[in-house]
Amino acid sequence: MSSGFQRHRRSGRVIATFSGLEADLLRSLAAQLVELLRNESAVVDERDPLEALLDFSGPSTPPDDPVLARLFPTAYPDDDEAAAEFRRFTEGSLRDGKARSAGQVIDTLEDAGLPPLLEEDGLVIDVELEADEAMTWLRFLADVRLALGTRLEVSDDDEDYWWSLPDDDPRAQTYDLYAWLTALQSTMVDAVSHGLK
Amino acid sequence: MDPGLGTTPEHDDLTVLATPWVTIVWNDPINTMDYVVFVFQKHFGYAKKKASKLMLEVHEDGRSVVSTGSREEMERDVQAMHEYGLWATLSKSE
Repeated sequence: MSSGFQRHRRSGRVIATFSGLEADLLRSLAAQLVELLRNESAVVDERDPLEALLDFSGPSTPPDDPVLARLFPTAYPDDDEAAAEFRRFTEGSLRDGKARSAGQVIDTLEDAGLPPLLEEDGLVIDVELEADEAMTWLRFLADVRLALGTRLEVSDDDEDYWWSLPDDDPRAQTYDLYAWLTALQSTMVDAVSHGLK
Repeated sequence: MDPGLGTTPEHDDLTVLATPWVTIVWNDPINTMDYVVFVFQKHFGYAKKKASKLMLEVHEDGRSVVSTGSREEMERDVQAMHEYGLWATLSKSE
């Protein structure tokens, strides 16, 4: 399993090594996030269980979908008119920005050698990120954790519940993935915190 | 606030004009503590000590005022927090 991100001391780049499966998983999550953000109906491929990770077959009206509602919160909780105006001016560019980040993650993984269809075993994907690319990945990891965590309905201090689920519970598998992303994000936060006060 | 007729509003008006709006970040069960601290450091330029204090307020009190300024400035801060995935709102300072 990948040990996550670290800052390369001499170049200042943020580097990580992923297995082919890990890279494919990140790409699948990024692609699903892009589709969700574009609010298109998902093309579910029955052969690919990765496609089902961010079940977006639910209600599609943006404010109704809990993930989108969480990604684009109401800025003025006590003023509907101001909230609607803020949303009109910001939500489009927020959506574009988040979709662009996810798209850049896909590009980075494919530029690093992830083939369109992962077939070979033992593939290793080395990712090297400049500072701005690392911030893009950090935002992507935050967004995809919000999407998975909202779908799972995680709450404060509920780890014991999730780890107690039987292995064959699909939510347990999604929580495993969520926990992996949490660990990955933590290494990224360490890597990009270099030089902050 | 409304000073009403017959009062001398100069002082209150100045106070209101100086710091009328606040950005509030709310607790959520998904974003991690270290990520929230990082965002406060990165976006607001706060030292780690101040960023950690604000994060703990969010975590323990459910919310924290993380910046103060004009409405336009607070809208920019709220939008930036949403870009980072934090749950932020703005309102008039009390």
